Amino acid sequence: MAEKKIRVMVAKPGLDGHDRGARVLARCFRDAGFEVIYTGCHQTPEQIASAAIQEDVDVVGLSCLSGAHRYLFPAVVEQLKERGGDDIAVVGGGIIPEQDFKLLYDAGLKAIFVPGATLDGIVDWFKTNIKTRD
Amino acid sequence: MERVKKIQSGDVRTASRLIRHLEDGMQEARSMMKHLFPLTGHSHVIGITGSPGAGKSTLVDGLVEAFRKKDKTVGVLAVDPTSPFTGGAILGDRIRMQRHAEDTGVFIRSLATRGALGGLAKAVGDAIHIMDVMGKDIVLVETVGTGQQEVDIINHSHTVIVVLIPGMGDEIQAIKAGILEIADIFIINKADREGSSKLRREIMAMLDMAPASAFPAGWRPPILKCDNAFEPEGFTKSLYEVSQTIEGHYQHLVNHGLLGSRVHRKTAMELNEAIRCSVLEPVLSALAATGELDAMIDRLMKKETDPYTLAEEIARRYLKVCS
Repeated sequence: MAEKKIRVMVAKPGLDGHDRGARVLARCFRDAGFEVIYTGCHQTPEQIASAAIQEDVDVVGLSCLSGAHRYLFPAVVEQLKERGGDDIAVVGGGIIPEQDFKLLYDAGLKAIFVPGATLDGIVDWFKTNIKTRD
Repeated sequence: MERVKKIQSGDVRTASRLIRHLEDGMQEARSMMKHLFPLTGHSHVIGITGSPGAGKSTLVDGLVEAFRKKDKTVGVLAVDPTSPFTGGAILGDRIRMQRHAEDTGVFIRSLATRGALGGLAKAVGDAIHIMDVMGKDIVLVETVGTGQQEVDIINHSHTVIVVLIPGMGDEIQAIKAGILEIADIFIINKADREGSSKLRREIMAMLDMAPASAFPAGWRPPILKCDNAFEPEGFTKSLYEVSQTIEGHYQHLVNHGLLGSRVHRKTAMELNEAIRCSVLEPVLSALAATGELDAMIDRLMKKETDPYTLAEEIARRYLKVCS
């Protein structure tokens, strides 16, 4: 009996130990019926990309509260590309000033969620925009 | 078959996608397994089970390191539970193993149980085959946190490790008849905590009472201790010892011609599972699609008929030989 499930990786790149938001989201995605791989704090972009390939996820959700998103988020997209994983969507969230949005979208991020985003809104975005791949 | 070649060459992308399709129950993925099955039989499959929080993932991480130091390639299948309510899952075993993420000699894949009982996921058997064909010398299978009855891991592994921790009190009595019987090796983890000597004595006593037939060709499960994982030097040393014992067990199976009996059990179960997929599931799907299944349940609830009669009727309808 075939049933396709969305697989999500929730990851925290860089030197940032504030993972409450990432954990809440992981739980939310679970409740939405997704399979969530959580890799913990202090991950390099290389580690995240490599794990995403091994786990064959449909989307990588990055959380960053340290201010280093301008470097780290595009680096994850790059690393995924390098490993042949450019069909894996990357989204990001955290304390991200609006003037950085363009840079991140240009780098290939599919969505950015900032303070004020509701959990329902985020889950809805995932359900509408993330498709399991063949 | 290009994909078979890719998997044989160790391509993670292809392998992981195939595992994904098997989890999703795609027919085409099952056909792929027909080509992979004849290529299997290389890996030493090691099962690791124990209660939630016993330290299984941390031990797996340590074992990966120990086997990598011996220049062996390693596959890890880590199973975590699916929510029975939402169908979602949080797969967190990987957190403890991320330092190996970039090592190309290590392939870690998380699986959700998706309703399978027994402590594993339905796709585990096939995922082991895939890692085997990829050429992994060692495949470590970590079960969900287990209680008493989740013993499916014996059907998949050559060596079974049961991880226990001190301080669970009389629980050892309770689980005596369950997962304690399937161990080839015991690990007392967090052994620096109070109660580890008592735990060791209790396992010894349990083993002393077992009949000789419980120890194939005289293999009495050794009891190893692992100390605090936050003191890396001691922990690494314990894990080296564990890896030596694991290899010793495999050698024991080989020397006494017992490897076959393990593989026999696994093969029998695989045939069983394949028959279930090819025979039972299409019937159930057909009955569910027409709404007949629900109608039958309604009739049963009203006591208009009984499950045994219904099952016989269905068998007569779908199975020629049984009619």
